[in-house]
Amino acid sequence: MLKFLLRRLATIVPTLFFVSILIFGLQQLLPGDPAIALAGEERDPETIRYLREKFHLDEPLPVRYWYWLSGVLHGDLGESVRIQKPVSELILEKLPVTIQLATMAMIIALAIGITAGVISAVKKDTWWDYGANVFALWGLSTPNFWLGILFILLFAVQLGWLPASGYVSPFEDLKANLSAMIMPAFVLGNAIAAVLMRHTRSAMLQVLSSDYVRTARAKGLDERVVVLKHALRNALIPIITLGALEFGTLLSGAVLTEQVFTIPGFGKLIVDAVFNRDYLVVQGVVLFTATVYITLNLLADLAYFVVNPRMRVQ
Amino acid sequence: MKRVFFIPFAFVVSMASAQTLRIGLAEDPDILDPSMARTFVGRIVFAGLCDKLFDLDEKLNIVPQLATSYQWSPDNKSLTIKLRGGVTFHDGEKMDAQAVKYNLERHKNMKGSNRRGELAVVSSVDAVDASTVRINLAAPFAPLLAVLTDRSGMMVSPKAAEAASDKFGAKPVCSGPFRFVERIAQDRIVLERFPNYWDKGQIHFERIVYQPIVDATVRLANLRSGQLDFIERMAPSDVPQLRNDGRFKIAKIVEIGYQGITINVGKSDVAQKNPLGKDPRVREALELSLDRDAIVKVAMEGEAQPGNQWVAPSNRFYGKGAPIPRRNVERAKQLLKEAGVPNPSFTLMTPTTSDAQRIAQIVQAMAKEAGFDVKIQSTEFATSLNLADKGQFEAYVLAWSGRADPDGNLHTMLACKGPTNYAGYCKEDVEALINESRTSLDAARRAAAYDKIAQAVQKDRPIIYLYHRNWLWAHNAKLTGLRTVPDGMVRVQGLRMN
Repeated sequence: MLKFLLRRLATIVPTLFFVSILIFGLQQLLPGDPAIALAGEERDPETIRYLREKFHLDEPLPVRYWYWLSGVLHGDLGESVRIQKPVSELILEKLPVTIQLATMAMIIALAIGITAGVISAVKKDTWWDYGANVFALWGLSTPNFWLGILFILLFAVQLGWLPASGYVSPFEDLKANLSAMIMPAFVLGNAIAAVLMRHTRSAMLQVLSSDYVRTARAKGLDERVVVLKHALRNALIPIITLGALEFGTLLSGAVLTEQVFTIPGFGKLIVDAVFNRDYLVVQGVVLFTATVYITLNLLADLAYFVVNPRMRVQ
Repeated sequence: MKRVFFIPFAFVVSMASAQTLRIGLAEDPDILDPSMARTFVGRIVFAGLCDKLFDLDEKLNIVPQLATSYQWSPDNKSLTIKLRGGVTFHDGEKMDAQAVKYNLERHKNMKGSNRRGELAVVSSVDAVDASTVRINLAAPFAPLLAVLTDRSGMMVSPKAAEAASDKFGAKPVCSGPFRFVERIAQDRIVLERFPNYWDKGQIHFERIVYQPIVDATVRLANLRSGQLDFIERMAPSDVPQLRNDGRFKIAKIVEIGYQGITINVGKSDVAQKNPLGKDPRVREALELSLDRDAIVKVAMEGEAQPGNQWVAPSNRFYGKGAPIPRRNVERAKQLLKEAGVPNPSFTLMTPTTSDAQRIAQIVQAMAKEAGFDVKIQSTEFATSLNLADKGQFEAYVLAWSGRADPDGNLHTMLACKGPTNYAGYCKEDVEALINESRTSLDAARRAAAYDKIAQAVQKDRPIIYLYHRNWLWAHNAKLTGLRTVPDGMVRVQGLRMN
């Protein structure tokens, strides 16, 4: 296991280096001169010249890449031109919001998705199964943006139960924080739950028809023990992979949901930065989320060892 | 159980709203440094944060704010301003002539300043005594007072500005009715009442929270659910549903900006490759194929004033010698025939905003009736600006947020070396008239010059102006004291929740 871990860790450094080149390179393909985008309506030539100089926009690409990379290696991700704040500070400001939203959405998705998937597999071809499938179809085919606005109209405007949008820190007021986060978390979780349900169902169906489950049943074990302890544990492997990937995606920002509910997370930050050609913010945030994504993948690989003893032997 | 949980929440909201004014903004403002700021929405926040030397009233008259009076020199090359006494910045520093001198020099000389262009004509600033400042100009410049009603007239604390240098925008210190508390990017900007404000009798809130909510539907939902007290730029399509709701009021006023189609007539060689850029008759045909009333009705649900110049027909500087041409498809067809291109084709570059998209589609349909083949090219805004700057476009749907003086809507777009002259328009006679309009302080003479410019521009049509939007605001009906000024700023003085 240690050898595996070291091997996986060793691949992280070149992967991140490659990612940094990709982020920087792709960003250069964005049409539009950042100096013009940043110079405001007046577009004073003097200001445009100053911005080009300040952000090394006149320098060749490799030189600009080197400026950025050497900053990153020294822990300096640069500064947002648009609002004059260090990128690292912006990331730290948005990170708790994004983590909370992603975690709440994931809890909702896991609770609904795995439960519905297991029930659907165990009660195959019954009304339970059909109901769970309809739910999955609804979750997959409902756009977050639309569902979000409907929720706002129902729960905030009509019923007045929840705030329409906005974010309150949990340290300021936990109740207000949960009231503000529950709708966006549900909207995000709902879509992921549908995907998880479909995967759980097919993995469970496969495992439930395997020999060892038949043996367990033949031994006279309680059906609940067979399903939850023997079958589900094996079926969880693809679900862990999927869950980690989905969680990684959530951590890189849920653009539309954040926009609808005005949640100041990574999604809103990066969209604003792209439209305003705030390059250092885009590069910093994407590099950060890529690192998180790679780390989550590593953790998912490690989780296989925990849930599946056979892998430990291998 | 649910009720027990939510009632305290509602109570907290209503308690907070008694002292806090919550304003929903359509975008997240940029840097909160008057020298470097560049967005319209940023100016709305500045209206609560930073006082200016002069302000505008509802009729666009220039009225004093930090100044009390002004006097032009006989040769119109210097402006002497008397300052209000006893004004302090939020850090306790004095707002006096030295501070004004510092600020004007900062606007003009600071690297990265976006005020440099509008103050280019200022040659020096003298602090005559503690309450008198003199601005010396290289040449007479009529728009100067209007320029000082915007960010160039905003005064920041010299001490704080020196200490923070180019990081000043992260924690601005001005002399307005509210002082800066915190900013969470994309989430909120919080200001609190400044107890030593010179006009504190006009301030009736303890705090203002500005919340950027980009989607107009969500912004409205926040108003309707009581999370916000005021929203700016509501969608015209939402007006009917809110009009019948007694809990809210809608306020509106025609903007000082415009919406139009900029045509490449000389920015690059693209102009000569297309009949639209090459031949004024084709441009005239395009204009005659358009029905501005219908465009306003369909694209803006009637919430705009049709127009054909850089200022609205209701503006005192509107050129009456160039009225709005009526739609005449037959004449348009005839003109195209005379030009030898009965079915000209051109690409209309359009930013991806819904307003611009709607305009492009309507123009496409209307122009088709005259024989035009209009291809719409939807382009993300920053990219479209870059293409416009390089002259890689034929026609471009572009809006301008407007300036109080007509010069601010004209010079930068139509003067030969105007930084946003995307049309590439340059005519000697028009240039001379533009210069005359900005160097004369006589309103009648300026109006006459604008009339002549309007007639010339209407012949050449580097920009086909379409309409002037209504600034649409919606607010809690209990909020009173709102002043609707055409610059679209939300002035907090006098606002009160009854």
